[in-house]
Amino acid sequence: MANDPSIKVECNILVFFHLIYPVTLLYMSSETLVEITNLDFSYPNRAILKGINLSIPKGQVVAIMGGSGCGKTTLLRLIGGMIRAQSGKVCVGGEDIQGMTRDQLYGMRRRMGMLFQFGALFTDLSVFENVAFPLREHTDLPESMIADLVLLKLHVVGLRGAAYMMPSELSGGMSRRVALARAIALDPMLMMYDEPFTGLDPISLGVIGKLIRDLNDALGTTSILVTHDIHESLNMVDYVYFISEGQVVAQGTPDEVRHSASAFVEQFVNGYPDGPVPFHYPAPSLQEDLRMGTRK
Amino acid sequence: MMVDQFVAQIRRLGHGVIDAVMRLGFAARFFMALILASGTGLRRFSLVVREIYFAGFMSLIIISVSGLFVGMVLGLQGYNTLQRFGSESALGVLVALSLLRELGPVVAALLFASRAGTAMTAEIGLMKSTEQLVAMDMMAVNPLARVIAPKFWAGVLSMPLLAAIFSAVGIFGGYLIGVRFIGVDAGTFWSQMQAQVSVRTDILYGVYKSFVFGVVVTAIALFEGFDAPATAEGVSRATTRTVVISSLAILVLDFVLTAFMLGGN
Ligand SMILES: Nc1ncnc2c1ncn2[C@@H]1O[C@H](COP(=O)(O)OP(=O)(O)OP(=O)(O)O)[C@@H](O)[C@H]1O
Ligand SMILES: [Mg+2]
Repeated sequence: MANDPSIKVECNILVFFHLIYPVTLLYMSSETLVEITNLDFSYPNRAILKGINLSIPKGQVVAIMGGSGCGKTTLLRLIGGMIRAQSGKVCVGGEDIQGMTRDQLYGMRRRMGMLFQFGALFTDLSVFENVAFPLREHTDLPESMIADLVLLKLHVVGLRGAAYMMPSELSGGMSRRVALARAIALDPMLMMYDEPFTGLDPISLGVIGKLIRDLNDALGTTSILVTHDIHESLNMVDYVYFISEGQVVAQGTPDEVRHSASAFVEQFVNGYPDGPVPFHYPAPSLQEDLRMGTRK
Repeated sequence: MMVDQFVAQIRRLGHGVIDAVMRLGFAARFFMALILASGTGLRRFSLVVREIYFAGFMSLIIISVSGLFVGMVLGLQGYNTLQRFGSESALGVLVALSLLRELGPVVAALLFASRAGTAMTAEIGLMKSTEQLVAMDMMAVNPLARVIAPKFWAGVLSMPLLAAIFSAVGIFGGYLIGVRFIGVDAGTFWSQMQAQVSVRTDILYGVYKSFVFGVVVTAIALFEGFDAPATAEGVSRATTRTVVISSLAILVLDFVLTAFMLGGN
């Protein structure tokens, strides 16, 4: 098996691409990978995004922040082409996601990785098989090479020892790390992380944060990080967008954000309960609602 | 006030009807997409085999035990009725025809719906509510082709086999009671059966029926799971609906199919 020439060729190609990756990056580092222009999106009874504009340069880690329910997950779904916007454009690598056929979209998604808010591991497959899944589906690599790749990816997230456990035996933080290993199995050009920090202890939180940064730099990926956790993310990202009420209300590098004069950013960074961000989901006034209650 | 309530009632009725029609349309589209996405599953037949193990093989015990008892009851009841006319010798025919034409396909399908159908609905519903299906789609793997179509073909292939096993075990149960226990002559029992049961109009018609039931039950189970709201309550309701709707569908379709088959003779 080891003497099979086709495998050698595949090995060489893999090595070649890994060597050439950083070089290509050097030439393209000024380009943007994801460009969103005037994007409007609403669910049947509620507008979520109202004319969002943002651009994400190649090779960077960009955070998207905003209050709960402001549409961050929705934005990632739009970038992944899972839902379509009413108007506006989402371009990834210069191609319009919204106008793609299913096959084109699948071609694009092979180069994207997404870490879901709750991991979304396949519960009927072991950790090993979960990470092997994209490799088995999208490559014809021989079993031995799949095993090597899977163990390497698991090693990166520190869970090589858990390869033969089932997802039900993992803690939340471990599940998310396995999901991360699965998402990077095909070395994507774009990684999207949906709230990778929620529900983690401070140590795991730091570990995941560092992992995201290191993976981005080592694999030459571009990363979009959706999060509430401003302190952790300011330490590791290159750029931050703040979203509120369907619009980008502030943006900047972490340093600019720390010294920002924007009332919104100040509220968000310091966690003030009152400010531009309302605590309440839109509703009629409390008096109105309560009086209606007594009338019945 | 009266008028208001009346209007509200009418509106609710209209809403229900529109919802039902929409769901039906959605189900039809789901079914078409499922058939179109079947290429992958049939090319990688191991996926289907795995599902046959879960849907078909794991149903074997309940199917055989039920078949045995249904056959034994047929033996008892059949003998009791036939002896009034002095035609105990027809016991074998009666048992075999009841099972092959009606009870085999119908009861096996009802059992299949509650054993394998519910499992399919719950599994798909849970995969959906834990975002596994979206995650798969995001990995550029079509869940319809990778998860749902293999289950569908497994159900369609398993159902006629299960019905056949049900009938075979049932006939054995009838033999146990009729011949071994009551003492009908074994030669008469088998030879009458052999002479009277036709391959084309009895056995094959039963196979057609169970094939149709297999398609319908599996499609309903998969659609209910796929369409379930992504909550615990939604999945549990969908599971119940799988049993209710597929049982009704089996019984109604059985009547329709029987009418066609008998009419065609
Ligand atoms: N399927 C849906 N139908 C209707 N409204 C929805 C649907 N999914 C989400 N929403 C609404 O869209 C808004 C944005 O949801 P989204 O999941 O994008 O928020 P988020 O920013 O990711 O929040 P969180 O930080 O809590 O995860 C929410 O207010 C929610 O009520
Ligand atoms: Mg979210």
